[in-house]
Amino acid sequence: MEVKRSEKDREFVDKVEELSGESVNACIRCGTCSAGCPFVKEMDVLPERIFKRVVLGDKEGILEKNTMWICAACYTCSVRCPRDIDIASIMEAVRQIVLRDNVDKVEVEEVENLQDLPQLAVVGCFRKETG
Amino acid sequence: MEDGLLYYPGCTLKTKASDYEESAKAVMEKLGRPLVEMDDWYCCGAVQSLSTDDIMHQIAPIRTLCCAQEQGETEVVTLCDMCFNVLRRANTRAKENEDDLETMNEFLDEDPDYEGNVETYHLFEILRDMKDEIEKAVKRPLDDLKIAPYYGCMLLRPSEVAIDDTEDPQIMEDMLELLGAEVIENPKRTECCGSYHTVNRSDIVEKRVEDIVGRAVEDGADAIALSCPLCQFNLDYHQRATEFEVPVFYLTELMALAFGLDIGKEIGMKKHRVEPNALLKEKGYME
Ligand code: SF4
Ligand code: SF4
Repeated sequence: MEVKRSEKDREFVDKVEELSGESVNACIRCGTCSAGCPFVKEMDVLPERIFKRVVLGDKEGILEKNTMWICAACYTCSVRCPRDIDIASIMEAVRQIVLRDNVDKVEVEEVENLQDLPQLAVVGCFRKETG
Repeated sequence: MEDGLLYYPGCTLKTKASDYEESAKAVMEKLGRPLVEMDDWYCCGAVQSLSTDDIMHQIAPIRTLCCAQEQGETEVVTLCDMCFNVLRRANTRAKENEDDLETMNEFLDEDPDYEGNVETYHLFEILRDMKDEIEKAVKRPLDDLKIAPYYGCMLLRPSEVAIDDTEDPQIMEDMLELLGAEVIENPKRTECCGSYHTVNRSDIVEKRVEDIVGRAVEDGADAIALSCPLCQFNLDYHQRATEFEVPVFYLTELMALAFGLDIGKEIGMKKHRVEPNALLKEKGYME
């Protein structure tokens, strides 16, 4: 599919592809990724729709959604995609594009029950949600 | 190392998941393959970094594999599913990509370089090959317990690191049968527990727990068996937001029980939020 994109949007698509190592054009919109994701109820838009917006280079449209922050990198979509696209890595690429602008999505002070939490949860969360 | 297994604990096994370490050590001792902790190790970072340009976050797991190499060993065993996933993926990247390995070694600054000759295992992969030994070690079959196995994500996905079929795993089912327990097939057993969202989005985890534990209860399970310390925490701790009170055991705790080890003396089971004692007393496994 040939899509017209502005220079800036093209940069965004290229960055997502570079960081994830995946080609976004391979998607056939079958919806398998969204059908198996255990978190779709919490997401503003389905993983498959985020994918479509990446193809369109709709950076602003994507960044205002919560989908990539709800994604817990469980890889269910990645193992089921009939085109072998690692969607979990695409989600990570979108997260990284935000975080690398020095944005933090979680602050230590906000965590209410820090003493109860196992270390791997805290390390994991801060790795996924801070820049 | 003759019969022993070089063991990488990771940060959580020494603290919140000490019940897992304690029971695994006791069980492996009984089976004649004791876990021998590495002389030196580093926190693996808990989650795999998925960005192609991020070699930096592969360094910690590779440094640990360097320590194994330094000890003259070629195999490392983990108990924690998250450590297992991170170590195996970083190692696969190092083994399959010469340029990446070279960059890692430049960052690492260890002498000598990591050569990529260490293999990483999860304890379940070792146990899978010890069926006869396990069967012989069972002194007190768990035939009064209905157990729902729960795998979560990190043992099965992505496919290149999976220890079993990604959609229909059997390792835990087989093991529970050897212990004499009745296995409850749980269709939710490979669904994510909510993972690190437990830190700042407990609402999401609570919904997952409601769903996963709820289904196990509906299918008649007395308890759940697993091996990931984060899944254990989530399924156990967050039941407080549900109507359920189902004990969530590390599989090795159930093995210890079946091997006749003394709970309270030889193994603790101290850190469960949903106390397993009532169930174990009711079924006659505890005084
Ligand atoms: S499963 Fe793969 S091919 Fe299907 S919609 Fe999702 S990304 Fe596209
Ligand atoms: S990796 Fe993310 S998007 Fe994919 S199924 Fe899991 S939570 Fe959903």
